[in-house]
Order: sequence, then C-alpha cells, then structure tokens
Amino acid sequence: MSAPGNATGSATGNSFIWDRLVPVGSIVLILLLGWCVLTYTMNAPFQRDLNRRAGVTPTAQEFFWQTYSQPKPTMPAPHQVAKNLWKHTFLVKPTSRQSLIYHSGVTISSTLLGFLMGTILGVTIAIGIVHVPALDKSFLPWIIASQTIPMLAVAPMIIVILASIGITGLFPKALISTYLSFFPVAVGMVKGLRSPQIMHLDLMSTYHASKVQTFWKLRLPASVPFFFTSIKVAVAASLVGAIVGELPTGAVAGIGSKLLAGSYYSQTIDIWAALIAGSVVAVLLVTLVDVANGIVTRWMGGRPT
Amino acid sequence: MMLKPNWQAISAAVLTLLLLFWIPFVPGGAVSSSAILVLISVAIVASMLQFSNRLMVLVLAVAGHGAAFLLLGQLSGNEGEAGTGYFLALAATWLLGWRLVSVLSDEEVAIFNSSITGIIVPTIFGLWLLVLWEAIVRGAGVPFVLLPPPSAVGVRIAASLPILAADFNQTVLKAVLFGFVAGSGAGFLTAILADRYNFLAKGLLPIGNLVSALPIIGIAPIMVIWFGFDWFSKAAVVIAMTFFPMLVNTLAGIRNTGAMEHDLMRTYHANHLQALIKLRLPNAMPFIFNALKINSTLAMIGAIVSEFFGTPVVGMGFRISTEVGRMNLDMVWAEIALAALVGSLFYGGLALLERATTFWHPSYRK
Repeated sequence: MSAPGNATGSATGNSFIWDRLVPVGSIVLILLLGWCVLTYTMNAPFQRDLNRRAGVTPTAQEFFWQTYSQPKPTMPAPHQVAKNLWKHTFLVKPTSRQSLIYHSGVTISSTLLGFLMGTILGVTIAIGIVHVPALDKSFLPWIIASQTIPMLAVAPMIIVILASIGITGLFPKALISTYLSFFPVAVGMVKGLRSPQIMHLDLMSTYHASKVQTFWKLRLPASVPFFFTSIKVAVAASLVGAIVGELPTGAVAGIGSKLLAGSYYSQTIDIWAALIAGSVVAVLLVTLVDVANGIVTRWMGGRPT
Repeated sequence: MMLKPNWQAISAAVLTLLLLFWIPFVPGGAVSSSAILVLISVAIVASMLQFSNRLMVLVLAVAGHGAAFLLLGQLSGNEGEAGTGYFLALAATWLLGWRLVSVLSDEEVAIFNSSITGIIVPTIFGLWLLVLWEAIVRGAGVPFVLLPPPSAVGVRIAASLPILAADFNQTVLKAVLFGFVAGSGAGFLTAILADRYNFLAKGLLPIGNLVSALPIIGIAPIMVIWFGFDWFSKAAVVIAMTFFPMLVNTLAGIRNTGAMEHDLMRTYHANHLQALIKLRLPNAMPFIFNALKINSTLAMIGAIVSEFFGTPVVGMGFRISTEVGRMNLDMVWAEIALAALVGSLFYGGLALLERATTFWHPSYRK
C-alpha cells in the first residue's frame, strides 16, 4: 500500500523531514505522552490504596514517582520497559533463559521454518491452480474459505496432538506458521502467474514453447513482484503463528511463552518488553524481505525502488 | 460407439481389476464389496462413453457417490479393520469424484451455467474431503484423541447445542461484534479526519503500515489485566486489530478519485463535505468493504485467541483450550466447525452486502 502522492511536489531537499519525520514524529510523541499520562492515571488507584493501608501520605510529587516505579504496575512506565528491555537484551548472556535474544531466536527459528514451508506450499498450490482447471474450480474457493476460519484457534490443538504422538519442539509451531503463511503466497502467486498478458502468451505459442518453457521463461519471472508482496504478508503472519503456537507449549521458550508467563504472574513489564521484542522481530523480518526484493529486482534488471 | 479414455477412469479401472483379488474389503462385506465394484465399473464405463454429457455426469455422480456411501457403510463394526483393498476401492471412487469435478469444470462441456458450477464443484470437493477424512480415520483406526471422524463431531455438535450457543453468545455476539463495529468505526472516522488534515495522514500511514506487520494479538494479556476477564478485554483486542486495516484502506479509497471527478465537483462549487459524501466516500466503497472483510477474519481470531489468556468459563477460545487439555477432541472440532461457520457467514454476508450496495461501482462493470 503506497502512500498517496502529494501533488504539491515541493522540490525542496527537506521533503523527507516535512513529509515523514515531523508528522510521524509528532504522532509518536503524542502516543508517548499518552503513555505517560496513562501510567499515572492507571497506577494511581492501586498506589493510593497501598499508601492508605501503609498509613503514609506522600506529597503530590512523591506520589507521582511512586506510580512510576511500581514493581507490577497496571501500566508500566516507559523507562521501566526500556530498562527491562536493556537488561534482558544486553546485560544477560544471549544464551540464558532470561535473555530476550534467546526467546526471539526461538521464535524466529520456528517463524522461518514455517514461512519456508508455507511459501513452498503456497507456490506449489498456485502452480497447480494455474495449470489444472479442475483445481482452480474446486480448490480455490476452499482456500479462500479456509481463511474465514480462525485458523489460530486450531493452534493449541495441533500442538497438543502432535505432542501426544511425540512430535515436539520446532515443528508443530512451524506448522501453524505454515498454515497462516501459505494463503497469501498461494493467492498472490495465482495472480502473479496469471499476470502475463495474452499477447505475451501468444508470443510464447508462436515460439512453440511448451507449458514448462512458458512457465520458466514467462510466468515465473512475471510473478516475482507479486511473490515479494505476498511473502511480506506471509512472514508477518508466520510470526503471529509462531507466537500463538508458543502459548500452549507450557511456557517453555519463545516470545509467546514470555507473554503467557508474564500474564500468569502479572509481570506486566515483562509482557511489554516481550511485545516490543516481538515488534522488533517483525520489523526485522519484513525489512529482510524488502532487502531480498531489492536484490532480486536489481538482479533481474529492474529499477530498484 | 467410440470410447473416450481419460486418465482418472483408466487408473480407476486398473484399481478395479486389482480389487477383484481383495473381495471382501472388510470382514463379512462380500455383498457390499461386489456392489461397490459394480458401481465403480458402471461409473468408469459411463465416463468413457461418448453420449450425452448430462447423462454421463448423472451416472458418474450417482454411481461414484453410491460407491463412496457403501464404502462408508462398510466401516460400522469394522473400525480399524480396513485393509489394502478398502483403501484401493476408496482411491478408485476418489478418482471418479476427481473425474466428475474435471468434467463439471470443463468450460467446453458447460453442463451448468458458471455460477451454479461455482457452487457445485467446491461442494463436491468439500464432501470428498469429509468422506476421505471419515473413511481414513475410521478405516485405519486413527486414535480418537488424534483426529475424531466428522460423524463423531457431528454427533457432538448435535448433543451440545446449548454449550455452543452460550459460547457463540459470549465470543461472537459480544466480543467480536462490538470490537468489529467499534474498531472499524474508529478507523473509518480517523481516515476521514486524516483525509481532511493531510498532516495526520502523513503521520498515521507509515505507522499503519508498520503496525500491519506487528503481532498485535500479543496485547491480549495486557488487555486482560486492564479490562478484566470478561468480554471487554477481548473486544479491546479486536478493536486494536481492526483499527489500522480500516484506516489504511479507507484512506486509500477516499484518495482514489481521479482529477476529472474532482474538477467536476469544483465546477459544482461543492465544499469539502459535499465532495466527500457525494463523490469520495461512494468511490471508496470497495476499499471499505475490503477492509471490513479483512477485519471480519481478524476479529474472530482476535477474540478467540485472547480467550486463551483468561476468561469467564464460557467462550469459544476458552472451550477450545480447556477441551484440548481434557482430550475431548470432538468438542474442540465442534467449536472449530462453529467458528468456521460463523467466519464464513460473516464474510459471505459482507460480500452480499457489498454486491447489494456497490453494484454500480466502476470496478464491478463488465
């Protein structure tokens, strides 16, 4: 989804500052301010209760800082989350169970495995649908219908079932990621493989190209832009699948298990830190896809965007 | 009369010849096994003869599905007893089903018009999915805790309608509907504001694109802490998940109008509000419906998954997570079937509404 072009076209060098940095920055600033206000208002009732029971009457300023330094706040203060993130990212060993890098690594590995399987499955399905009319008519509606079903709801069941027949670890979680990521790839690739115009297909048939040759020389190259658009969606979906897949594993490892453990023990700061770690991972994965897209586009002779 | 061979029928014929050595397919099923073979043979011959296409489809459908029906019937009392012969026969009937679907979706044959084909073909496919599931699970004796057969799920659905109704009420009527309406509504209003004030749009669009890649579902535990175990926390998650898709799509739709239409509005001396209501919002309808469709799925997922983090003792997500723990897989599948039904109806309803309200839109013209 591209931002709509601004017709004014002020050709000044600082258009990035005025079109991007200032608007986005101010909204982020407003969100941060809102966070600070919420921290005070949401933590205040509990703190007031606490103080009354302890029989202390702090000044307004002391009270304000008390709401910012609760150990298990309803709404953690920004600096608490930042400190938690810093500690669990840089101060502990990356291999320790406390480290967010360790948990992110676990989640990333099942995300990538599921993403890979989902992409292969999606591309295979798309190739089948484009070449076999019966599959197009009978299968495609079910693929679309499968996405109206909340597939994540199946996640705990898949984990438990596979665990009961002795399959544990990475694979069951990856399976859920596969389930979520094959759909955008399949639909995008069907579109992409069908994107060559009739004229191009006619040219292929005047060359007496076989179906296989047409596929490799025309359909596949034409589908590359569609491929990257859809795997960008797929990789984000894979991450969601991996995180949800970690929920029922009894909180062993991964960002999802950090979320669940945090919610069990009301470790709100941990939850927020895990959430931010998950967001960073998401941005990282999407950026990777973008970089790969740029490399492949350049390699195919296209103009990098 | 010329024979017109096809690979499905030939493979089925080869299987049928092999099958002669395996009668009966299950203990004590000699008569029905022979009947199945006869039905399969009739269907094979019919599919290769060159006579009326309608008659061929009729024979294929009746004989093929008759054979499948008999095969399923052979299972009662023989769970886990089915051997190679049974599965070969199943494969032969499945090939005939495949042939039926191929013929029906062949545009040169065109037995039904395309809209009816669009319903019948996927229905046959779905039926075969159920038949294969039932036959393989019961025939091979797959343990119930691994995968219950569809018939058991059906029985469970019929037996626990009150529970399903209560879960539906809690999850769908409260959390999903409220969250969907509030989230989409807020996204819509914000988009209109952002359209008016470009600064807001410039700030929100990059954030919206970023958020679409984030695992928003992760805020569920926080929402449970904030809003408690009841459906408010689930609705909050749904709102957070549906807000940005609506914002981004509506904004893209509103800004999709061409310069010519804008000039027309200007010659009419229309102000911003008038141009918005008469031109840009109607033009944005397909985008808005696209967002609503995306949101219908997201809302179901959000509400169900949030229930994994704590609920009162009712709700679809709650039921799924607890019944999995108790190994009542038939109940889990009953909830999944309910979720699938609700999700499809939700999506289908939106699609119908879209047809009814945006039929005039340029993107629907043929």
